[in-house]
Amino acid sequence: MFTPEMMESVKKVEATRDERMGMEPRRMTAEEKDELLKAYHPDYKENAFEEIKIGANKGEKAPAELVSLLHSNSRLLKDKVDLSKVDYDVDVLVIGGGGAGSSAAIEAHEAGADVMIVTKLRIGDANTMMAEGGIQAADKENDSPVQHYLDAFGGGHFAARPELLRRLVMEAPDAIKWLNELGVMFDKDSDGRMVTTHGGGTSRKRMHACKDYSGAEIMRTLRDEVINRQIPVVEFTSAVELIKDDKGQVAGAVLLNMETDDYMVAKAKTVIIATGGAGRMHYQGFPTSNHYGATADGLVLGYRAGAPLLYQDTIQYHPTGVAYPSQIFGALVTEKVRSLGAMLVNKEGEAFMHPLETRDVSAASIIRECSDRKKGVDTPLGSGVWLDTPMIERIGGEGTIEKRIPAMLRMYMNYGIDMRKLPILIYPTLHYQNGGLEIGGEGFTKAIDNLLVAGEAVGGIHGRNRLMGNSLLDIIVFGRNAGKAAAEKAKNVELGNMTIGHIEKYAEELKEAGIETGEVSPLLLPKYARHER
Amino acid sequence: MENMVNVYFFGKKYSVPADLTIMAAMEYAGYTLKRGCGCRHGFCGACATIYRIKGDNELKTCLACQTQVQEGMYVASIPFFPTDKRTYDINEIRPNQQIMMELYPEIYSCIGCNACTNACTQDLNVMQYIAYAQRGDFEKCAEESFDCVSCGCCSTRCPAGISHPMVGLLARRLTGKYIAPETEHLINRVEEINKGEYDSLIEQIMQKPITEMQELYNTREIEK
Repeated sequence: MFTPEMMESVKKVEATRDERMGMEPRRMTAEEKDELLKAYHPDYKENAFEEIKIGANKGEKAPAELVSLLHSNSRLLKDKVDLSKVDYDVDVLVIGGGGAGSSAAIEAHEAGADVMIVTKLRIGDANTMMAEGGIQAADKENDSPVQHYLDAFGGGHFAARPELLRRLVMEAPDAIKWLNELGVMFDKDSDGRMVTTHGGGTSRKRMHACKDYSGAEIMRTLRDEVINRQIPVVEFTSAVELIKDDKGQVAGAVLLNMETDDYMVAKAKTVIIATGGAGRMHYQGFPTSNHYGATADGLVLGYRAGAPLLYQDTIQYHPTGVAYPSQIFGALVTEKVRSLGAMLVNKEGEAFMHPLETRDVSAASIIRECSDRKKGVDTPLGSGVWLDTPMIERIGGEGTIEKRIPAMLRMYMNYGIDMRKLPILIYPTLHYQNGGLEIGGEGFTKAIDNLLVAGEAVGGIHGRNRLMGNSLLDIIVFGRNAGKAAAEKAKNVELGNMTIGHIEKYAEELKEAGIETGEVSPLLLPKYARHER
Repeated sequence: MENMVNVYFFGKKYSVPADLTIMAAMEYAGYTLKRGCGCRHGFCGACATIYRIKGDNELKTCLACQTQVQEGMYVASIPFFPTDKRTYDINEIRPNQQIMMELYPEIYSCIGCNACTNACTQDLNVMQYIAYAQRGDFEKCAEESFDCVSCGCCSTRCPAGISHPMVGLLARRLTGKYIAPETEHLINRVEEINKGEYDSLIEQIMQKPITEMQELYNTREIEK
């Protein structure tokens, strides 16, 4: 339940609700947005970024926590692994068991390749599972892939790589069709028309959803399909280093059994990095909506092997993370809550912005409201603004919340907050890694021609900000594509002698640059255990 | 001084802040979680947990990430449960009653004890969705089981050995693929794209200079 002080503010929200019901707050101009972002978006906080001192992106900036990982050495400098003892030998090795990895594995299998998945937790323990709001695709009559392109390109500050964005929007309808044919239950009306809504920054209602379990419904279907196809999935096993060969190709990965600490060797003709995001790095001290394993592992593996990063300095803070109660601090409150009509309202009951600006703009605006404008509501862990959820029931009719966003209702009910009757308190949460490893239009890294990347570990699909619903889309589009391309490529790869010499070379470079973090990377799991001594 | 409570992880006593979830309390106590921890926000079902409050006979189930600690809580996490998933080819099967009979015949051994429903961490009516599956009413089974996170707590309590989450999942895939009406506008759009109807338009927009794209973006019409 809310504190008495919070309830005082709720009264002000209730007092203005009638008046707000009929109005649509003004959208900001391009200039207003630019100024707001520069002043309040965490990406512009210079002291939170550091310079990368070695490797392909030498001289560029990245979040300090990521730079620290990139400046650390491989655990295999100390722990020696005999590469001649091969435990797994496959055509396609998929690292990561989320939506991108699973889609890739299914398509590689469909293409006849011998494919396996390794994942450090379980298959499906991934950000895909937690994506709530939906997946975009321009499949309605008033919409087109070109309109989708324009929305995503502008929302991403005109920085997306055109060849990647083209694939994203052009293959979106087919991605939805593929999922539907696998048995994903999309929200449809009785005629079969998709029930679609807006997301922040969309100009057409193209957000397809499965209630507010969109990612979960997609992930559990993909997982089921992987298992039905009997694709080997090695769980609780991390890839801790890529293996290369003497021709400069990638040749597999060194794996670590998370439970026994034993190393294993997987040899593969093509490797797909589908390791996901980095929320658990808690950049700038933000809480996160991400799953437990989101520690940027794939970026470290790829970078050390020579693959460049792109837009590693841009991070998405989801505007509406839970600000209260503390038990679910940072958890995602889906953007769909705003798509369905809830407004962002400050302590005084004022709707201080249009609820469907893009995520970076919305997050910056909320931060401004809670900092300089001092119109945030105090909470035990900071402050927040209201998301006026009772408006949804007023707009869509009683029962809309239970039907369309049951997960949100359940999450808050656990703590005695009925969002149908009371607004909820939110604040931005670390949500998505806009940048990642750079790929070409066919999914391959530019430095190593049999190494592919798919999903959140890729940089460049969305530019410097991502629209809601384009991430579930990208894991499917680029996951499927990577699986097909890797299977095809594997037919023509002749591997040479396996080596992890690149980690020693990397260590030399670190030494020459005078860098010594005292840590090893990838991190694998966040260090949450509290130890008194 | 923080308000503390005594909890017992696998029988061992720890004093932890009262406002933590079970998961955060285990980390506070010094555990580095590997199993029993996934999304941490109630969607993945990795943290199925069983507990009993000291002095209370009732055995309870929950998700460790979504449940606050209480004084005298005896907690055991369930690191893995051997749920029995049967494999099938989604393109070969059809939504008829036989398929449940073939793949999950044990659902017909349900004794109606309702232990599954009582154990559900999502408050679903599990026994009811199994009943729908028995009757071959897949759409209702799908709807009733939709919010399942596959934590498996239901299955741990079932005397008939039913793997409830797998039954719900089969019903949902059958519903999504075969029972829900087809989406004409989706099929049409895929066809248009495959025929190349958008190829030149997308090429054109890809070639436009940034200034023109900015103008187009900032003045685009937004559907009401």
